[in-house]
Amino acid sequence: MTKTWVRVRHMMPPGHVRTPTYLRGKTGVIERPLGPFPNPEARAYGRPGDPRDLFRVRFRMADIWNDAVHPDDTLDAEIYAHWLEPLKD
Amino acid sequence: MPHDHHDHLSPSGHPYRPDDDTPLSYWQTLEIAVRELLIGKGVTTAAEIAAQIDRMDARSPANGAAVIARAWTDPGFQERLLQDASAASREMGFDIGPLRLIAVENTPDIHNVIVCTLCSCYPRNLLGLPPDWYKSRAYRSRTVREPRAVLAEFGLVLPDTTTVRVHDSTADMRYIVIPARPDGTDGWSADRLATLVTRDSMIGTATALPGPG
Repeated sequence: MTKTWVRVRHMMPPGHVRTPTYLRGKTGVIERPLGPFPNPEARAYGRPGDPRDLFRVRFRMADIWNDAVHPDDTLDAEIYAHWLEPLKD
Repeated sequence: MPHDHHDHLSPSGHPYRPDDDTPLSYWQTLEIAVRELLIGKGVTTAAEIAAQIDRMDARSPANGAAVIARAWTDPGFQERLLQDASAASREMGFDIGPLRLIAVENTPDIHNVIVCTLCSCYPRNLLGLPPDWYKSRAYRSRTVREPRAVLAEFGLVLPDTTTVRVHDSTADMRYIVIPARPDGTDGWSADRLATLVTRDSMIGTATALPGPG
């Protein structure tokens, strides 16, 4: 199975978002698609939120933390598609 | 009578608990106002609210333990649990509402641990209320930064040959760890196995309790 590499967009918009700061700008692979969910960035303000695709992205610890003691340990997080940009390898 | 001269201690020698007489917060006031309106307009009743609180308090890690023990004894169920943990939990009769659950499996090579760095997302419908430490900034920030150090403080020291997989519950999914089935439990019933499945083993900060011997 080919791996789909993605990078979390490095942006700092105001308001409620569900993308942790420590993952912004980091590179990982799609672990699985989760389907569409109402955009939490709108729902936080009482709006219904249009459906946005959500993915589980798997990061190597070494790709998150420069000084990771166990570089091949991993971290999975759920990231919305509009926070991801594809990477060409 | 060593405590006689300390008027901040009760006759039993323990400190008095201070009265909870601080002003209500904005949100406490809002909750009371909305609740009274709902009752006043006949939308719900005080008894219904009390019953719902009882139902929420009754959820406990025993529900999750039953799911794990079934997975240990029923390979078909384990496969369905890994495919779609929400559907598998409903199949066992647990009313988990709209919960979107993912089960992750510990193996000899992989250890999984769950955290929610952004808040305190937790599969309450299966595990009940989260422990206080799960909501602490220390657990939330350190588990993604130095998971093995955190696990070691829980008494779980993992060999370098085991890969640690941290799952940050950042959006709409909730997670449950399927711990490894303890050795020496061949032939055990699911009910008996469930007694070995602790809350922490389903968060990933512990293994299941050891079997006999």
